[in-house]
Amino acid sequence: MSAPSIAVRVSEVAAVTPLVKRFRLEPESGGRLPAFSGGAHIAVEMQDGAHRRRNAFSLMGSPSDTTGYVIGVRRHDNGRGGSRYMHERVTPGTMLRIAHPANLFPIDGRARKHLLLAGGIGITPLVAMAEQFARDGQPFELHYAARSPEHAAFADELLERFGPAVHTHFSAQGRRLACASLLAEQPLGTHLYVCGPETLMDEAFASARALGWPEQSLHRERFAAPARGLPFAVRLARSGRRVDVGADQSMLEALEAAGAPVASLCRGGACGQCETRVLACDGTLLHADHYLSAAERGAGGKVMPCVSRFAGRSLTLDL
Amino acid sequence: MTITFRRETFRDDYNFSNSAVGIRRFPFPFDRDHYMYAVNIEPHVKGHPGTIYESLIDVDEHYVAEMQDRALVLAEDPLRSQSLPHMELAGWDLLELLMEQLAAGYPAHFELRRSGKRWRWVNRPLGIDDTFVFGAASTLPYGPMEYITRQAQGDFCILDQRDGNLWMDAGMVTTQADWSLDFDLGMNFMEWHAPVPRAHEMGVFDRALKFMLNLGQGQPMRRFNWTMTVNPRLDTSPETYPKWGPDRRSVTADNVGDKVHLRVELQSFWRLPRSNAIVFPIRCYLIKLEELVTVPKWARRMHRVLRDLPPDLVDYKGLTRWRPIAVDYLAAFDDGAATSPGIWPD
Ligand code: HEM
Ligand code: FES
Repeated sequence: MSAPSIAVRVSEVAAVTPLVKRFRLEPESGGRLPAFSGGAHIAVEMQDGAHRRRNAFSLMGSPSDTTGYVIGVRRHDNGRGGSRYMHERVTPGTMLRIAHPANLFPIDGRARKHLLLAGGIGITPLVAMAEQFARDGQPFELHYAARSPEHAAFADELLERFGPAVHTHFSAQGRRLACASLLAEQPLGTHLYVCGPETLMDEAFASARALGWPEQSLHRERFAAPARGLPFAVRLARSGRRVDVGADQSMLEALEAAGAPVASLCRGGACGQCETRVLACDGTLLHADHYLSAAERGAGGKVMPCVSRFAGRSLTLDL
Repeated sequence: MTITFRRETFRDDYNFSNSAVGIRRFPFPFDRDHYMYAVNIEPHVKGHPGTIYESLIDVDEHYVAEMQDRALVLAEDPLRSQSLPHMELAGWDLLELLMEQLAAGYPAHFELRRSGKRWRWVNRPLGIDDTFVFGAASTLPYGPMEYITRQAQGDFCILDQRDGNLWMDAGMVTTQADWSLDFDLGMNFMEWHAPVPRAHEMGVFDRALKFMLNLGQGQPMRRFNWTMTVNPRLDTSPETYPKWGPDRRSVTADNVGDKVHLRVELQSFWRLPRSNAIVFPIRCYLIKLEELVTVPKWARRMHRVLRDLPPDLVDYKGLTRWRPIAVDYLAAFDDGAATSPGIWPD
């Protein structure tokens, strides 16, 4: 589904550590941004020359503040380039487009206590959660693991803001986070939220499972699978035309834009309306719908252009 | 837009009816001459003036009377409005959504002034002018969900999302087609849909649930559901069955056009921003068969749909006893001519 995007202006950029910058984004036209929930992220669109990038960043401001969003970005020099672009090219005044917030790391409001574990830049979604718990009077503890104080972006502010609820664990000072003992002392009804390197998330989950914590009380960060993808082309058998599908549009949108519309309803892979016959496929159909059965996918004769894509040499549709 | 609100009742003397304009804007749910369950979900976007899509939260001529009927139901049975403790934040989300939509759609009737957390809400049709602190339940006469849904047409279910499912953890339900919030509270999507015939086997609920779990903020969706009700009664609940169930025996060839109503639910789904919950407003529209047949296309199509409805759906919807009488009545308005695609009158 194509979310209507929101135009924002970067109002502040601050270097928090040598590797981490904080950005504040405000609505371009004034007014308010949509509210969000702790754990939510936004996709930021960056026009890098001819290349359009989309990166997801957790929102780390207070969920009560709808005048602007705050994101913390760690520079990854070996990444796909989005974080470098943010560090090198985005300055106060830069205009960006963002998607509505989405939350794949939501809070369970029924928890008796919330235990937050962060490793490195994984701190960002947990900051927004802590803000939400503090506002709503829900018990929480935040544990922040990093190599050293210089690597622990935002730690000072967090200590100041949430006081005794915040605990730092610096391995270079011999105070490594000890997951097993920390989890062992939690009261019944505690929920765990962990965000950081895979190793930390795996270790925390393994410790919790070993202690018999129910699966429903274990939460780890996930980002949305990219709703968009790589560009590709389709051939329309009836008109003999070729339609290019850009990286930031769905196959359905590209067909509509090319004046070859397909019936659609949900535009999210559920209703079955846009089912289109595949006549030839030299490559792989990247099915992302909930409609086609495994057998139908296996047969390769149908595709749902509202969400699915293609990678390979050529795809011919019965259109 | 200024609406003239009708004085009418949905119980006792049942003097509800639709104006001529009300009939034209009725959401006739059938886009073809037969009906079967499907994942009939589409984006909830604004439509033409004079349709129920003019505003995404529709207010019509029945607003005041429906709110009075809701107050009567709640006075007799407070459990029609329930919210588990972890759902209060979602209640505030819903309050904001409805106040913003009502004020934007009907500025002559509703007004919202926000100054920081201090909000002033004016509802002229119901004579309400309240100032409160957003987020502080003690500054409202009811919890946030109950406060605002006493002022909005339709039922509201608020679904908490967790563990890959949706949980009915809050709601205001007084205009339901024979199901109970008190019974369903705390159930998940598959559990509360268990009584529905066929749709599970068709995979409808698997797909619908996956779709709902991915629902994005700022992209509401909608679908129609429908049934039929004897007498224009909004509160057809299991709790009050003795008050309305026996009416099914009262339909005759003489009164069918006045007594039997098509009951259409416009259901929409909205991701709530602060709580990540989903609100599912179920807006109920009633139309008498004698009103419906004034639109020739609808009369023909209604006849064909009702005549050919599979028996298990007939039973599930509770139409069994009087359906033949209604089909006979509608047959007189069906000359067999072809009907145009889509739901709108010709
Ligand atoms: C998440 C929000 C939803 C809620 C709260 C909800 C609630 C309900 C309830 C309470 C019933 C009555 C079940 C009974 O007999 O006790 C029902 C029926 C039904 N629901 Fe849903 N539902 C939701 C979403 C959906 C969606 C997305 C679909 C999509 C296909 C769907 C399809 C149906 C169907 C086909 C029936 C049977 C209706 C009839 O034949 O009259 N529901 N729903
Ligand atoms: S439009 Fe619904 S599945 Fe594609």
